[in-house]
Amino acid sequence: MTNHTPLLAADAACPASRSLWQLGWQRLRRDRIGLAALWVVAAFVLLALAGWLGLAGSHWRHEVAKPNTPPALFKHYGPATVELTAADIDAAQQHHTSTADASAATGMSAEDDPLAADMAAAQAAAAKTAPASTAVPPHDGSLVCGSDSRGRDVLQKVIQGTATSLLVGLSGALLAMLIGTVLGALSGYFGRRVDDLLMWFYSVFTSVPDMLLLLAFSAVMSRGIDTVIMVMALTSWTGTYRLMRAEFMKHKCREYVQAADAIGASHRSRMFRHILPNVTHLLLVQFSLLTVALIKYEAILSFLGFGVGVTQTSWGAMLAEAPAELLQGYWWQMAAVTLCMSLLVTAFSMLTDSLRDALDPKVQ
Amino acid sequence: MTPLSPLLSVRNLGVSFRMESGEHFQALKGISFDIAANRTVALVGESGSGKSVTAMAIMRLLPDHHTTIAAGSEILFEGRKLLQADRHTLRALRGRDIAMIFQDPMSSLNPVFTVGDQIIETLMLHTGMRRKAARQRAIALLQEVGLPEPGRKVDAYPHQLSGGQQQRVMIAMAIACEPKLLIADEPTTALDVTIQQQILQLLAQLQKKHGMAVLFITHDLGLVGEFADEVIVMRHGEIREHGPLQQVFSQPQDAYTKALLNCRPQLDSRPARLAVIDDFLQDQPYQPPPQRARGYVPGDDIVLDVQGLCKSFESREGLFGKRVFHAVKDVSFQLARGKTLGIVGESGSGKTTVGLTLMRLHQASAGRALFNGQDILAMSPREFHACKRRIQIIFQNPYASLNPRFTVEEILLEPMVLHGIGHSHAERKQLAMALLERVGLPSRALQKYPHEFSGGQRQRIAIARCLTMKPDVLICDESVSALDVSVQAQVLNLLQDLQDECGLSYLFISHDLSVVKHISDQVMVMQQGQVVEQANADTLYAHPQHPYTRQLLAAIPQGWPHPGGVALA
Repeated sequence: MTNHTPLLAADAACPASRSLWQLGWQRLRRDRIGLAALWVVAAFVLLALAGWLGLAGSHWRHEVAKPNTPPALFKHYGPATVELTAADIDAAQQHHTSTADASAATGMSAEDDPLAADMAAAQAAAAKTAPASTAVPPHDGSLVCGSDSRGRDVLQKVIQGTATSLLVGLSGALLAMLIGTVLGALSGYFGRRVDDLLMWFYSVFTSVPDMLLLLAFSAVMSRGIDTVIMVMALTSWTGTYRLMRAEFMKHKCREYVQAADAIGASHRSRMFRHILPNVTHLLLVQFSLLTVALIKYEAILSFLGFGVGVTQTSWGAMLAEAPAELLQGYWWQMAAVTLCMSLLVTAFSMLTDSLRDALDPKVQ
Repeated sequence: MTPLSPLLSVRNLGVSFRMESGEHFQALKGISFDIAANRTVALVGESGSGKSVTAMAIMRLLPDHHTTIAAGSEILFEGRKLLQADRHTLRALRGRDIAMIFQDPMSSLNPVFTVGDQIIETLMLHTGMRRKAARQRAIALLQEVGLPEPGRKVDAYPHQLSGGQQQRVMIAMAIACEPKLLIADEPTTALDVTIQQQILQLLAQLQKKHGMAVLFITHDLGLVGEFADEVIVMRHGEIREHGPLQQVFSQPQDAYTKALLNCRPQLDSRPARLAVIDDFLQDQPYQPPPQRARGYVPGDDIVLDVQGLCKSFESREGLFGKRVFHAVKDVSFQLARGKTLGIVGESGSGKTTVGLTLMRLHQASAGRALFNGQDILAMSPREFHACKRRIQIIFQNPYASLNPRFTVEEILLEPMVLHGIGHSHAERKQLAMALLERVGLPSRALQKYPHEFSGGQRQRIAIARCLTMKPDVLICDESVSALDVSVQAQVLNLLQDLQDECGLSYLFISHDLSVVKHISDQVMVMQQGQVVEQANADTLYAHPQHPYTRQLLAAIPQGWPHPGGVALA
């Protein structure tokens, strides 16, 4: 087209030379929404990094407050919580015996009660640990996000959950991309038999509903983060495969690849040195799409109880606790997770959108 | 409207585009011209001259968000101000009073509707015809534009028609409402020469019959001589020359027009060096260089001897069926050292397949290709790897043949690394710099990326890439077809210099007969995969034997009688 040439001329005149990546970055920097989204995503990644390194959220399993303490800002709005200690029960029993006969409560006299001795021992033990248990809630009423049903700090849990969810999302997506790219490249580049074989494999995989496949894999393997990542990668490479197959089919006929063939470049060099860098912008977009999808999948899996192990927490595992809590009006754990997740997922999606515009200016 | 007032009048039209960097690029710098009713005006210019922008501005099709039309610009159509017109007026105007034909008919027709439907839609929209009447009119229109079997073709989908037929449909659609002004934007660029000639004749004929005004946009000055009344020559958004056809061709006033007229290779002369624009923009008058004699002579050393080359493609049909398509049938030729063999033919003639098969980018079905006595088609891939550096290819599209993610340095160094040329990185880089200089690019170009260069510069990079391997044979597959005439002359000169210097042999594949005549010693004409004629260039052009060759030669646009009294090719 005629009006492209002046653009080239202007570029040639400008002294600094920029690669297509640098030009893409320049375009992204001009996109305010994209840039804001990038900052949000970067902040989350930093937070997750801090979580992995144990700089933040490492005390999430400590019981630091009374169970179900509302967030600091909403101290007076949440349902009032009363923690029952051994002394309270004692007092209640005293009160009970004073008003009615002891036998009315247990139905038998203290001498006949077979548990009386054990109860006495338990009370003695409770009395021993009593000083420790009174030292537990230093944060009472001052936790930013409140505490959960076991008195753990929700903020710490959210940070740890972010770390887990992002780890699962990012590495699951990376693994899925790796499988999809390698298979797609082979399939699209070589075509014929290789393509037929891989397409059959692909068809078999996609014929099973995604969720069913996820559940089947996770039911067979043991629980844990590594399992979740494997399961996700094994079920979600198909989209990338199709994309890469189509791209490699398209690019292998391009003149620059033929030119590489003509100068004697090997198959491997043509596939990964010539074609791959020309499709990486699509891979980047695909990667961010997949990450978002996998973060959501992880939440679903953990919610259904097939996710991370009991010694770990993730957004999904935290959401799994929500139904029981909501029944009693303890909304803050769910609110914190939902807020974080929607923020990250939205920012990620907007970043994807901006990336596509920035790296593939033809769509504009 | 008085009979004297022009149909379309463009006054002081200035258009600028906001570029990605935020800067403004001035595509049109205040141009003015008139088109009178019933006249054909040709707008000629190379890429970047602003000719297409002018057409888009008249149609008001420029993208709003990054286009600025300068204050004081005015486009009057029958006295109505088009630049101030509202959407409703414009919609009524477009298609009914002003119609446009685009360059690529394949992408201008909607592939999911039959061609009849698309013409009928135009008719119903603008003339309020009923469907049945519109269909009858559509068939009549298709008949008028010379489509065979219009009654049947009206229900055909675009992909069922050839390129020429599609362009006829586009023309039928454009003239459906009897527009007063027809804008044809490079309507024949995507077509073969013989088809191009038919379309041009059709346009001229329709213009006379319907009394339309035509704004004919082209990069090829040779085309307009056939039927334009006036010629406007544009460069860099300015009008360089405007005048009646005869005057522009016989007494060009502007140096740029003179250059354009001269830098295209001609059928009747073969200067040792083609004229380039710079020759005309300097102070001294241009001195035509001496003529060059060409042709094979007995005793020429044969580098490449191709015997009975065949290539067929198989496509699947049904579940187990196969259909075989013979792209190249029994092609034999000899290429002499330091000489050029031109292959001409229209699209589908198999000329490109010959080149790709010799490079083994396609596997030959049969035949031998003896390169210095060895059959390169029978070699194992490993053996052929060593031969690859001796035979190289330059592709048609300089925008597609360089990897956009590589710097020029990487592009030039890759073949050297693959073939072990040069001992160290520094030595290779030195060689790359020397080659860049040889092809006329500064050595600082090494750090740049292909997208920072123009088409001609990219083709130079592609040539430099081939030269890194010091090949004996260079296959030029339509290597100058995508370039502007002036750039084409520069690249042809470069190829010629390299041949003189290094004794390269060229296999020059092109659809452009004048270019092939200029650069070739021997010419081979191909049609539907077969060689129909092969002879020394001068003999073949002077005394064509085969009817197809004669047909091709007759279809070359003849232009206007040259200052020297000879036809311009």
